[in-house]
Amino acid sequence: MGRFWSLLFLTVPILGVGAFVWAMGDLWPLKGHWLPTNINDHGQVIDNLFTFILLLTGAIFVGTGLTLFWFLWKYDGAKNVQPVEYTHGSHTLEVVWSIIPAATLLFIAIYQMNAWADAKMRRPLLPSGQVKPPLAVVTGRQFEWRIRYAGFDNQLGTPDDVEVVNDLHVPINEEVVLNIQSEDVLHSFFLPNMRIKQDVVPGMQQYVWFRANKLGRYDIVCAELCGWGHYKMRGRLTVESREDFDRWLAGAYEAQNKAEFTASTGDE
Amino acid sequence: MSAGEFVRTYVFSLDHKIIGLQFLFSTLLWFLVGGLLALGIRWQLAWPWQDMPIIGRMLFSAEGGQISPEFYTTLFTMHATVMIFFVIIPILAGAFGNYLIPLMIGADDMAFPTLNMLSYWFMWPAFILIGMSFLWPPYGAGNGWTSYPPLSAVWEAAPGSHWPQTLWLMGVTFVGVSSMMGSVNYMTTIIQMRAPGMTMFRLPLTIWGMFITAVLQAFALPVLTAAGFMLLADRLFGTGFFLPESNVVNNSEMATGGGQPLLWQHLFWFYSHPAVYIMILPAMGMVSDMIACFARKPIFGYKPMVYSISGIAGLGFIVWGHHMFVSGMNPMLGMVFMVSTMMIALPSAVKVFNWLGTIWGGRVQFTTPMLFSLAFVSMFVIGGLSGIFMAATPVDIFIHDTYFIVAHFHYVLFAGTAMAVFGAIHFWFPKMFGRMMNENLGKIHFFLTFLFLNGTFFTMHILGAVGFPRRYADPYDFETFRHLQPLNQFMTICAIGMVAAQVVFAYNFFSSMFFGRPCGRNPWGANSLEWCAPSPPGHGNFDFQPIVYRGPYEYGSPEVDTDNYPQWQPPPESARASEDAQHH
Repeated sequence: MGRFWSLLFLTVPILGVGAFVWAMGDLWPLKGHWLPTNINDHGQVIDNLFTFILLLTGAIFVGTGLTLFWFLWKYDGAKNVQPVEYTHGSHTLEVVWSIIPAATLLFIAIYQMNAWADAKMRRPLLPSGQVKPPLAVVTGRQFEWRIRYAGFDNQLGTPDDVEVVNDLHVPINEEVVLNIQSEDVLHSFFLPNMRIKQDVVPGMQQYVWFRANKLGRYDIVCAELCGWGHYKMRGRLTVESREDFDRWLAGAYEAQNKAEFTASTGDE
Repeated sequence: MSAGEFVRTYVFSLDHKIIGLQFLFSTLLWFLVGGLLALGIRWQLAWPWQDMPIIGRMLFSAEGGQISPEFYTTLFTMHATVMIFFVIIPILAGAFGNYLIPLMIGADDMAFPTLNMLSYWFMWPAFILIGMSFLWPPYGAGNGWTSYPPLSAVWEAAPGSHWPQTLWLMGVTFVGVSSMMGSVNYMTTIIQMRAPGMTMFRLPLTIWGMFITAVLQAFALPVLTAAGFMLLADRLFGTGFFLPESNVVNNSEMATGGGQPLLWQHLFWFYSHPAVYIMILPAMGMVSDMIACFARKPIFGYKPMVYSISGIAGLGFIVWGHHMFVSGMNPMLGMVFMVSTMMIALPSAVKVFNWLGTIWGGRVQFTTPMLFSLAFVSMFVIGGLSGIFMAATPVDIFIHDTYFIVAHFHYVLFAGTAMAVFGAIHFWFPKMFGRMMNENLGKIHFFLTFLFLNGTFFTMHILGAVGFPRRYADPYDFETFRHLQPLNQFMTICAIGMVAAQVVFAYNFFSSMFFGRPCGRNPWGANSLEWCAPSPPGHGNFDFQPIVYRGPYEYGSPEVDTDNYPQWQPPPESARASEDAQHH
């Protein structure tokens, strides 16, 4: 039976790597079972780091898995009649397999820092050197995303602000900054296609930024448990050309004014 | 035996072995409950809003046979609560810690037997409170086992945030008190009550794992308890530790404010990250003992093993922030926590290499406990490596709170710790009950569990790579995730298979208890002290005073002709004479 069990442990690295390769290769039945299309100029670096760690850990996974299999196969007590290696360890080996992983892990950590700073610490600047103001404020509440655009004067809190629900539009090929916040409990603003995620905490202001490079409609996901309707907190993201975006914003402004007008006349 | 005597011997017993078995039976029962809760979650993810066949009407008659979104939040909250607080932590420290510590160090009992008894009985209020919190109509606590405020602090925030959340917090506090009693007891016993000759560096690694775990609990638990009381005060007495100013939840304005929701996360993870190691270090220790025994070889690098356990524990206190990379915490702190988190992978790697080194050049016996131990090593590698993805802050932005993290901690806790626990049950069962478990049934159980667990959990990595969010009652409304349902159905089928496979274990466990092959004192030919006591050991454990002559891993020693060289066996005359000559 030793042979059988050794082979069982051999299947771990084989099937493990197989499943990942299958999914990455976009093959049936795992079509579309990998990172969703990246549409953010700043997202590619995250995908690259993901792949880098995948290859590195994959190598270690295969290496330890094969070693385990080989030792079990070779040193099966039913087959191996040699006396056991009576040893309590090896100082040299311990030093080697401490220093190499330590250096590797430290390297991974340092290698990530720039991407992290770009994603969370270096907010895009205006030509004047000031930080770029947000295009819109996104407010999470149970269970929807309220989106408030600054309007044409680029000033939030003025009468030309445009408010929409769950319908975020952004222009393509522009640095977009969003101010995200929460009105009630924790939520998390997750744009899978942008590789962006930021928890929103009531009482705190958060900023995310991206540069979309592909037209289309995508999902906005809530990634922090916010109550029974957490799974319903779905927003839509539309990436469109600057002209379409301006037209849409003007249209939304019109619609909002018309709705307000009817609402106020309807009261009388 | 009179009724009073029965109660003193088997119910309110002061004997560490009975208390250990009480913990074992209670936790195994909760293991079943936790597993069934998981099946509820899996059902909903595979066939959302479908009636569960046969039992659906019985369980969810109010909803017409389907799981409601409110009940779904209760399901995953309770699954995690039960598995963490009622299964993994108490089965390691409570069951195996209690049973093994005095036996393996050569003591007749724990240092504080009454405190030990109380540590078990303090679990009962927790069982009752969490049980009530689950069954409270209409919906039980549903804020996740992490219970982040304001959701968990504000009554109006969710149906599960009413009384059930208060009961939940009280229940967890009782678990904490129980763990603290155990922790004090284990530390004192290991430091003070070792048999003559049992130096700290002759302790089996199981005991090192238990010892460091006890230290972790002693330092981390007070923080969780304090945080729990603060949250209770926010809920009951109108304080605002975790509630920000002008917070409006579900249309009702909060009277208080000025607090900070992130404070809870810091306090919670300051305990709960070390708790992750509380849930794995004893398992690592037990696996080391089993691997050495069935490779018939000394453990490779005993001292590096001890130092790596200690290293994990020390670093374990400065990595909690890696749960909060995208929480809104200062991103600069994220960098610091990334470095410390990467570093904690190092001692884990050292342990894996040493286990492989132990198998190298041995004569491996493929017994059931050995198979489970090998599975632990093989699976822990997956769980450890997937942790590096989350530790890398930029990558974590994408996979945080997706199924990638769900895959990660199930590989560590189920495919890791639970495998070690199954192995340990098979390994120490003969000592506990004086009978062997059936090897063939054990291997069938192992094979099925191993197969189905990988079917269930490995696929979660792939879901995570798509960004599939956790804690979603129905993710298929999202275009990004719509096509993932077939894979989820495959996982659910595997999960059902995994739970069904446990029937084999339950049958083997109970039938072996009464009809298993009787065994002697040392059926595995092992070296540590528990194997010199009768099986099962009587009150006071040993029928002679064990004296320890050497470390616990002397297998294949050239000094003796036998395969093993137990800790209690005096050296042969010749060796003793030469030793005497050296001393004089």
